[in-house]
Amino acid sequence: MEHIIHGTVLVEGAASGPLLVSDTPLSFWGGYSQFTGEVIDRRHPLSGEIATDCILAIPASRGSSTTTAVLLEAVRRGTAPAALITNQMDTFLVLASIVADELYQKPIPVFALDIEAFALLSSGQYAVLNPDGNVIVRDRQGRVSGPQALPVSQVVQGGALPRTRS
Amino acid sequence: MNLTLSDQADLHGERGKARQMAMRILVRMLPVFGAEKFLDITAAHIDSSLFQGDATLEYAQRLSEWGAKVVVPTTLNVSGVDEHGWKRWSVPEDWAEKARRQMAAYQAMGCRPTWTCAPYQESERPVFGQQIAWGESSAVVFVNSVLGARTARYPDLLDICAAITGRVPAAGLHLEENRRGQVLYRLKGVPHTLLEDDSFYGVLGHLIGTDAGRFIPVIERLEAVPGEDHLKALGAAMASAGAIALYHLIGVTPEAPAMESVFRGAPPLRTVTITMEMLRAARKELTTADNEQLDMIVLGSPHFSLNEFAALSKLVQGKCRHERVQFLITASRAVRALADRAGYLEAIRRFGGRVTVDTCILTSPMLPSSIHVLMTNSAKYAYYAPGLLGTRVVYGSMEDCVGSAISGEVTIDSAQWSI
Repeated sequence: MEHIIHGTVLVEGAASGPLLVSDTPLSFWGGYSQFTGEVIDRRHPLSGEIATDCILAIPASRGSSTTTAVLLEAVRRGTAPAALITNQMDTFLVLASIVADELYQKPIPVFALDIEAFALLSSGQYAVLNPDGNVIVRDRQGRVSGPQALPVSQVVQGGALPRTRS
Repeated sequence: MNLTLSDQADLHGERGKARQMAMRILVRMLPVFGAEKFLDITAAHIDSSLFQGDATLEYAQRLSEWGAKVVVPTTLNVSGVDEHGWKRWSVPEDWAEKARRQMAAYQAMGCRPTWTCAPYQESERPVFGQQIAWGESSAVVFVNSVLGARTARYPDLLDICAAITGRVPAAGLHLEENRRGQVLYRLKGVPHTLLEDDSFYGVLGHLIGTDAGRFIPVIERLEAVPGEDHLKALGAAMASAGAIALYHLIGVTPEAPAMESVFRGAPPLRTVTITMEMLRAARKELTTADNEQLDMIVLGSPHFSLNEFAALSKLVQGKCRHERVQFLITASRAVRALADRAGYLEAIRRFGGRVTVDTCILTSPMLPSSIHVLMTNSAKYAYYAPGLLGTRVVYGSMEDCVGSAISGEVTIDSAQWSI
């Protein structure tokens, strides 16, 4: 099954990967390991999950103002999510991505969905973020072991999208 | 987008590359803040001073090498090390070296080396209505709520852009209309004596922060008037558990003289009655250790105030900690110096307590790996230590902490909480 959701582009770009979804906001400082990409907030539902190269969908960030710095470090180390999906205008996550662009020319796409559309996402699905703001979501089927199992070109008509991070 | 000629000059690089980059970042952020223009600020507090790794250092150095200078009086939040005392702790040399380079970069931009997460305890305190750009979530909630100055919750990396340009998006809590209360909290059946227990405010803040998310909470008039340290603990707990940047406490905080004015005549979005049962559940969430051997007591997040040093010195007077339990207080240089002059440090030293400055246990890798169980009266430490340090924590009052340090095991007086 596949559906397309239209989102608001907060930071431009394209990405694809497995979805990691929670309806609980996350503070990256104290909540995300820049060394491993693991969600380390032991009170968070995603605790223990590795978000590196995933499409991380959370309503917004929360708590510490150092969230931006931790996400920037994660981008530099290659442990950041491939993209972020929120259901709010989150200044922290957007800022980290903009500074990653300024310093390293490596912005992370950040898209915002409305609350109803966000609720359609669930962990284990696979998502493709298009630069025009469309998010293509499909259920993973059969024995899929990673993003490579579902080539982007099969999901999106008209060929593969460039990935922002490899 | 409505940029002034001066903003455009910054954006076009007429005042140097650093100011150009700062303005470019601000301009890219403007629509995300929902703003069309900037407004002037007259002070800043920089959380970007926290060393997190090579990226935060490279950012500071990029700005500094490009000649960035702050244009408003600017204080600095904690750094990654106690600049002069880090060798007494388990800080890796490489970390200390880079953290100190980051400290130097921000000082070169003209920021004051205050190195504290509680800059409102220093000599220059923002005043009511002042437009400022502050980072550090616990400081933001204090300065907005308790002092009535106006700032958004500026994230690391953006606070310094505001200080370099003197400009912030005209949005959010900078504007009068966005400061009214939204969710009303009423306490029910909370004994008067509990309101005088310092651990109550961290628990209340944890509960409200979790519940309110990013709405502005209003707390109904309490039967006791909390002191400034209580308000500090309340806000810091809210800002850890939620994204709270402003709260109102009827009859205490300056924008909340009465219920009608704080809601500007509109009804609250929600009204929540806080019961003892809810408070007990919130209190339980702040403790993750379970009857384990205690390794360390740590106080001072946000940084210890002079009054807290006074209260602690009274509690520990003539006593001595258990040899197995370390006792640490995190504070600023200025407040430590005042506490020393006031004679408070002597009793604390004799008790076996140590004070570290410039940083804290969450922002500096200072604790030895032998520390597994911490006890604290800070809801912020209690909230973050398990994730950031991998330690287990016990939350209690300052008195509980001192008692446990003496006995060598966790001893908490819970009588007030069981009512």
